[in-house]
Amino acid sequence: MKRIVVSLLFFIALLAIWGIAASSGRWSPVLFPSPWSVAEYLRGALLDGTLVEAIYVTMKRLLVGYAIGLLIGLPLGLLVSSSQMLEDTVGALALGLQTLPSVCWVPLALLWFGQTEGAMLFVVVMGTVWSVIIATDHGARTIPPIYARAARTMGSQGLHLWIRVMLPASLPFLVSGMKQGWAFAWRSLMAAEIYVTILTGFGLGQLLHYGRELQAMDQVIGAMAMIVIIGSLADRILFSPWERFVHRRWGTNVK
Amino acid sequence: MNMGEAQRQGVTSEHGSGASSKLIVESVSKWFRTPRATVHALDGISIEVAAGEVVCLVGPSGCGKSTLLDIIAGLTKPDSGHVLADGQLVTGPGRQRLVVFQEPSLFPWLDVFGNVMFGLKLCPELTNGERREIAHRFLVLVGLEKFERVHVHELSGGMKQRVALARALAADPQVLLMDEPFGALDAMTREHLYDDVQRIWRDSGKTIVFVTHNMREAVCLGDRVLLMSQAPGKIIQAFDIPLPRPRSIYDVDLVGHAARIADALRGTVGGGVPE
Repeated sequence: MKRIVVSLLFFIALLAIWGIAASSGRWSPVLFPSPWSVAEYLRGALLDGTLVEAIYVTMKRLLVGYAIGLLIGLPLGLLVSSSQMLEDTVGALALGLQTLPSVCWVPLALLWFGQTEGAMLFVVVMGTVWSVIIATDHGARTIPPIYARAARTMGSQGLHLWIRVMLPASLPFLVSGMKQGWAFAWRSLMAAEIYVTILTGFGLGQLLHYGRELQAMDQVIGAMAMIVIIGSLADRILFSPWERFVHRRWGTNVK
Repeated sequence: MNMGEAQRQGVTSEHGSGASSKLIVESVSKWFRTPRATVHALDGISIEVAAGEVVCLVGPSGCGKSTLLDIIAGLTKPDSGHVLADGQLVTGPGRQRLVVFQEPSLFPWLDVFGNVMFGLKLCPELTNGERREIAHRFLVLVGLEKFERVHVHELSGGMKQRVALARALAADPQVLLMDEPFGALDAMTREHLYDDVQRIWRDSGKTIVFVTHNMREAVCLGDRVLLMSQAPGKIIQAFDIPLPRPRSIYDVDLVGHAARIADALRGTVGGGVPE
């Protein structure tokens, strides 16, 4: 309870400083809007449906791209972890491409796919898949071999061993791998939406982009605020339950 | 008496002839190949264990006793020789020969009850009700029935090994293999477990192979103690322990037996003293 109060107070103070600075008149309100004008913009955008539409479009792209990234990344990561040859080839490739900031995929995506949803998805998948492979591979290598040994003596083998032992044993790193993948997918999508202006859907990143084009600073900051809020909410909703389960069962990081 | 004769006499159980042996290890050898060197880990090991017998393998660390246990369990393949359990050739791990490991091998994603149930769920002949009943019974046996819903990381080291023992016993294996199960525990917990383990073994009548480097532990628990030498691992001498049970680790006769085994080891490795 005390922690919530402290954190609330902090953000209220931050808003207050912003408000005071904006109303001091030192900076043009066009470049430095007050919190009220941003709130006013968000209210308007919410009411006329642009914001809901943008969030819907963005989330749809994100979830589809993320799902594809996981579907490719998780099995590939497990495969890479099980073979030295794959580690030296696919693993090395993943390690290299992971260092590439996802925005660097945008020119390629545009040339290959044009101004389409495909380009958007491509960037998100490329941003996600490598980090998921690396996290999964790394995690699978650190599963204590004793679990598989113990399970095998109890008669567990094949599919049973994978589903009942290797999968739950890998939960801690699967969660962190998926979380990392999510963070990368989110960043890639925002990069893609800002650079790829397509007409099939108008996402949050595009809202941000057009805010700049229209010199509408309240829109720019409003869109940024929404991106922050959605990012941290998704983290709470999607990953916190799993992380809590892992922490409780494994006894790690007990608060 | 030369060494070969001693080995032959020693390794054959007095409790039964070869025909009724629960477990037969026949001239098992194992080499480990690393990029730098080839290590001869086990050299022509032969052991026979009668049904219901407790055999302790002792030896200095690195003598290959854990490797031998892995081979009996079927987790490792020998380079030559073979293992017969109930007359059947061991080709892989199976729930007829369960292992209690030294490292904590409980699954952290399951609670205590779930861990004991894990092995039971792999017994298709049981109904779910029977499984739960058996799991509960064995947790009572190791004195942990109050901890059924506790997470593994919340248990002490001794409690973890009790759960591991319950998990192994619940699946009703023919042979129980114990790989220094108490090695990582403090002395007080260990001594407490000796009493429990002797009581549980007496009631269950299981055939047990117990690996340890602790002489007194071996004498306290074993009907027979096999002494192994280092590099390559060989069984150099066998000792029958005719002491009445339950045994106390502070018993004078027991300490005498342990000293005899320690002396034998010292004689063979030229002054080397086991831990």
